[in-house]
Amino acid sequence: MAEIAIKGVAKRFGGFTALHQVDLTIADQEFMVLLGASGCGKTTLLRIVAGLERPSQGEVWIGGRRVDHLPPRERGIAMVFQNYAVFPHLSVFENIAFGLRMKKLPQQEVERRVNRTAELMHIEQLLKRYSGQLSGGQRQRVAVARALAMEPDVILMDEPLSNLDALLRLEMRAELKGVLAASKTTTIYVTHDQVEAMSLADRIAVMHQGRIVQSASPVEVYRNPAARFVGSFIGNPPMNFIPATKAENGSWTVAGLTLSGPKSDKPRIEFAIRPEDVDAGGEGLRATVRVIEPLGPHTLVTCDVEGGLFRAILDSNASVQVGDDLRLAPKPDRIRWFDPETTNAL
Amino acid sequence: MHGKALPYLLLMPATLFLCIFFLYPFALVAFEAVTRDGAFTFDNFRTMAGSWKFPVTVRNTLLLAAIVVPIQLTMALLMASVVSRLETGRSAALYVFAIPLGISDLAAGLIWLAIFDQSGFLNTLLSSLGVVDRPVMFLGYQSKLTIFIAVALAEIWRATAIMMVILVAGMGLIPKEYYEAAEVFGASPWQRFVRITLPLLRPSLQTAIILRVILAFEVFAVVAALGGTNLPVLMGETYNWQFTLQDRNVAAASALLILAISIGFTLFFLRVLRVPKEARI
Repeated sequence: MAEIAIKGVAKRFGGFTALHQVDLTIADQEFMVLLGASGCGKTTLLRIVAGLERPSQGEVWIGGRRVDHLPPRERGIAMVFQNYAVFPHLSVFENIAFGLRMKKLPQQEVERRVNRTAELMHIEQLLKRYSGQLSGGQRQRVAVARALAMEPDVILMDEPLSNLDALLRLEMRAELKGVLAASKTTTIYVTHDQVEAMSLADRIAVMHQGRIVQSASPVEVYRNPAARFVGSFIGNPPMNFIPATKAENGSWTVAGLTLSGPKSDKPRIEFAIRPEDVDAGGEGLRATVRVIEPLGPHTLVTCDVEGGLFRAILDSNASVQVGDDLRLAPKPDRIRWFDPETTNAL
Repeated sequence: MHGKALPYLLLMPATLFLCIFFLYPFALVAFEAVTRDGAFTFDNFRTMAGSWKFPVTVRNTLLLAAIVVPIQLTMALLMASVVSRLETGRSAALYVFAIPLGISDLAAGLIWLAIFDQSGFLNTLLSSLGVVDRPVMFLGYQSKLTIFIAVALAEIWRATAIMMVILVAGMGLIPKEYYEAAEVFGASPWQRFVRITLPLLRPSLQTAIILRVILAFEVFAVVAALGGTNLPVLMGETYNWQFTLQDRNVAAASALLILAISIGFTLFFLRVLRVPKEARI
């Protein structure tokens, strides 16, 4: 059992605040992804859980034990580093065995675990080699095997796939998911890649400027962004935002369309819709087509709506031309509203 | 001009310089060492080895190297670890540590002479504290051990910094991630030093040790200043043969012996601290 609780953790580097009062609980065996742009504090948060960084304030609990004053080796964690950190002076076998040797496990047990994890990661034929003789993907496998061999309660991963080429990344992603689910560890995984986050996570914590903006399941984060940032960061292309002005009896005017929306005493709020949640034709937002990008399964159309950029994903059969005036009808149940001042969802 | 020839052309002057002013005189010395009056002979080596001072000089030189170099290595590693970990004032600390590097070995010997001399700082201090009632002869001909200790101290003081500078540079090349990985996987600070720093520092250790060992066998000025003839060393004997006894051939033989010892130790450390090609960073 290793539930992780992060309570009121803040981190300041000199005058710069990297993390503001972060609270997050990760359930036992949960796969939690910290997602955010570079500099949002996700790696700092991971390093605080690992013990490589000390929080300026707040507490970290792992498995019901307060650990923020403990060195990394007493926290029952294993970690996979962004640059793998496979020791160049040790063979693959000794790299995987490193943590086990530190624990002074008997040789027989060390061999058993190294062989088991090497097999799991398909690197059993590389055990005698050195890091310098491995490809990036193989080093990645060694780094994961080294973490798994510890049979830890918690595995921390810091952008482990970011140095791999696209194809390998896809392959490793699927493999990691399977291996980690089978190992029954609690995982915190840091990435800036939203596709990686969506595909791996049980839950995603979206971070922005040192705060967790939303932590929810991938689908929830995608469908119901808690803040404007989440909608604009997740999704490719991201969510569209259009200013909405107050009309009669609680409805809102959006680009010539009158929609019923949330109650608000503000004169202007923001309307938001995902690119795939509009249909061409009928009654809809007035849009002028600027760019058409056929992508195979569908067509990405970039338009002008109310003087702002609007992206719509249309059926690849849709016959649109640059310069066309379109009507884009938003699916009513997919419309979201945001407060322009707090940027929170309404 | 062809690009391929350019580097060789650029290296030509330095190579020529070394050939004329190093290889040629070296060949002359080697020739002198194995000839006497134009005839090939090993007599020069026999004369050298037959001198009553010879075993003493060899013993002193080896003993000095065997004591000074390990102490310097330990201190340099310690200092380099501390300096590498500094976040501010790192270069200031390096400069301070490196001050003795700017002093010639004779000057270093004289500084320590000023400390240990009969009217030196140490005697002044001891008598003003009332520990002794008259100055002590630290470096007299009867106190060989004190001379030896003084020479060792002066050598350690003078030449530890060069090792430290090399090691600091080497430590800077070890990526921080290795330490973090070792820390996460359970290594204590000492285990990180032994299992990560030392093995990954091998190329720098090699350079530092070889450089220091060679210099240790060439120790001369510091010994001359502090011990005079009371602590004969190989280099001092070579000087004696050349200038006091006016025998160039035996002096050449003696110089060749120092060279042979240096080469021997260099090869030894190259071998022992070799990093296999596949295990390099």
